[in-house]
Amino acid sequence: MPFIPHTAAEVDAMLDAIGAESIEQLFDEIPSQLRAGELRTVPEARSEMAMLRLMGERARKDQLQLCFLGAGCYDHHIPSAVWDITQRGEFLTAYTPYQAEASQGTLQLIYEYQSMMTALTALDVSNASVYDGASGLAEAVLMAVRANRKNKSRRVLMAETVHPLYRQTVATIVRNQGIALDSLPMTASGVVDPAALNGHAEPPVALVVQQPNFFGLLEQVDELTDWAAAHDVLVIAVVNPTSLAILKPPGQWGEGGADIACGDGQPLGIPMASGGPSFGFICCRQAFVRQLPGRIIGRTEDLDGRTGFTLTLQAREQHIRRAKATSNICTNQGLLVTAGTIYLSLLGPAGLEGVAGQCHRRTAQLASAAVTLPGVTERFAGPFFHERVLALPCEAEPVAEKLAARGILAGLPLGDYFPELSRCLLVCGTEKHSDEDIERYVTELGAALSSTEAVA
Amino acid sequence: MSEFPAELRYAPSHEWARVEDEGVVAVGISDHAQDALGDVVYVELPEVGQDVEAGEEAAVVESVKAASDIYAPVSGTIVAVNTLLEDAPETVNQDPYGDGWFFRIQSRDDAELDALLDAQTYAEHCESESP
Repeated sequence: MPFIPHTAAEVDAMLDAIGAESIEQLFDEIPSQLRAGELRTVPEARSEMAMLRLMGERARKDQLQLCFLGAGCYDHHIPSAVWDITQRGEFLTAYTPYQAEASQGTLQLIYEYQSMMTALTALDVSNASVYDGASGLAEAVLMAVRANRKNKSRRVLMAETVHPLYRQTVATIVRNQGIALDSLPMTASGVVDPAALNGHAEPPVALVVQQPNFFGLLEQVDELTDWAAAHDVLVIAVVNPTSLAILKPPGQWGEGGADIACGDGQPLGIPMASGGPSFGFICCRQAFVRQLPGRIIGRTEDLDGRTGFTLTLQAREQHIRRAKATSNICTNQGLLVTAGTIYLSLLGPAGLEGVAGQCHRRTAQLASAAVTLPGVTERFAGPFFHERVLALPCEAEPVAEKLAARGILAGLPLGDYFPELSRCLLVCGTEKHSDEDIERYVTELGAALSSTEAVA
Repeated sequence: MSEFPAELRYAPSHEWARVEDEGVVAVGISDHAQDALGDVVYVELPEVGQDVEAGEEAAVVESVKAASDIYAPVSGTIVAVNTLLEDAPETVNQDPYGDGWFFRIQSRDDAELDALLDAQTYAEHCESESP
């Protein structure tokens, strides 16, 4: 369906027909305190030529050869077949599957995606994806507030060890919805303490836990989930899909399992691409399916008894429920979900387990090699997966900059998010790293440290 | 042709109310309403013990094409909800005045019932609403 913009004359004629003075006037009913106002940090529009030139200049700056950075976006190998298939015209240009009879291919793919996500998370239902992991967590929080009818507190307890950018995003999105976010603080060990849960006067609506957490450490998810179940608190699990091939999935946490699982699908065949786009997944128990935002694809039978796929439970969505819809989302990240589904199909459960195993091995190898350098230690003890925090004898940021100049993305300096960890670097090993890569990292890190003032 | 049982009272928003013993009022949606909605697939019921005000939303009925609020016709406390509708929402279409009831309210104010329409007036109201 082609997009044809209106001319100024057409806009005037339409405004005239409905008796409105301007397009602005049509938004009168939105209260002024909810308006975004001027987008002051968004630059002026450019011509196509100027824009391509700018992007070309930026692309030429990408000199990095080795990536040891994780923190939510991971450098995994993407089998060539994934994007070969994803970029086929039928997938690349497919329109929104509102007309089931014209979209069976798209709908079946999304149904397969949903099936795979429920298998990975060990929960009952999945939606067709949302924008990304961070906004997916915000949607999960909103969903939990709606779904937990026993608790009217509108307070959500978020582990401090959830990715800081996810926490910021959730705060932005729930700010105008009268939901309070409380923090469950991390201990000196870099994880949250289940015993601290009883200190809260009133149980929250939901508890958000990330596994592995932002520092790559494993939380005591069974204890946390059991406490939540005993207090009618819903559990929202934030997880890395690759990790689910090895770690206990959210549906099996504690006695009864988590209630909602969400996260970012970038590790599943999506290029890092300077941070996006990717897709967010949300899975939940059957009991909450009507509170799930976004699209849901269902399998059914047509009049002749043949299997077919269609959008289902649409009464949750905006085009029917309007102001009472579960979300303003009525779309999904179709292309990225296609890539993710093909990635999972090609790898299969055994392949994904292989990737996860390699990631853990390489991370452990990286950390062990790095601590052979004088003054470098592993900051937190305890079980971990895929990422590790290294403590340096000096501030981490200048060291990371030196390594970047040498073509290595050394990891994430943590000072911006946790001031007490300003000497720390969050590093990540993936299946792409070789022994030589890790040796080179250690050599370069050693050189950078020698030329940087140690902090007393 | 929709049915309008004479012994019930009706709200213009298409709920019916049946006065039972000791001030308990049973509530559901009319035959006209279930027909307009189409196949009911889900009903979201209030909690037992919840207080409702006349004219306030107390439940939501969802069909394949629409989701509609159900308003309490009288004020009071919810004393029962029809859990049958959780597994068999289609009962609302099949038996809207009987097994398809939504909830029962322990009403506070008898006068509120007088504000509701009788079957005849409600039938005329439905007529006037039709395109």
